[in-house]
Amino acid sequence: MRTYEVMFISAPTTAEDELNKLTTQLDLVITDRGGKITKVDNWGRRKLAYRIRKYEEGIYTLLYIEGTGREIAEVERRLRVTDFVIRHLTVRTDEDLKRAEKMKAKRKTSLATRGTEGDFDLDEVMEEEEEMLD
Amino acid sequence: MPRNSEFESDDRNGKTQRAPRTATRRRRVSRLSAEKIDYVDYKDMKLLQSFIAENGKIMPRRLTGVTAWQQRKLSEAIKRARSLALLPYTKY
Repeated sequence: MRTYEVMFISAPTTAEDELNKLTTQLDLVITDRGGKITKVDNWGRRKLAYRIRKYEEGIYTLLYIEGTGREIAEVERRLRVTDFVIRHLTVRTDEDLKRAEKMKAKRKTSLATRGTEGDFDLDEVMEEEEEMLD
Repeated sequence: MPRNSEFESDDRNGKTQRAPRTATRRRRVSRLSAEKIDYVDYKDMKLLQSFIAENGKIMPRRLTGVTAWQQRKLSEAIKRARSLALLPYTKY
């Protein structure tokens, strides 16, 4: 089961209900194709770091999606077609999250077995650095 | 002016001319490993901010001291943040 993060920026001029209509549409599209939205995160209006299509601000929306990946193509198409969406980005997150879990687990076991961190012991290195300085 | 230590020599016009000192290889601690951060999130502006230079450029590994793998993940996240206008491409 793959997890995705879809983030998109809507123009500051878009009406509240227009944006809600889009998110419900996306929700429908995803559930139709066997996926599901685990969480919707509305960051709201934010200042952009640089001008996009003459706008200085944008409304950020973030969708956490769990699914097979087939529904993502449709979501992307919708976002591309909707004209008040000025930028969007889809990221597949399950691989990186799995690796993060694995590294955390590895660190725990190595902590248990060898008493030191996986790669190095922080205070040990700090002392080394002190010796080097003086 | 303290006496020159042994590897400095006075040349003709009395200016102390230091032997070229190789930059001591100070082993930098990778901040990402130190703080046990395994997943570099492109939305985490605060974390990414500390890895970009004053002008908005991505800091090189020799300054950040992170491992090659971590540097790749970092630059990937920074570029994603930039495309979403969370981080600027350049700050002048």
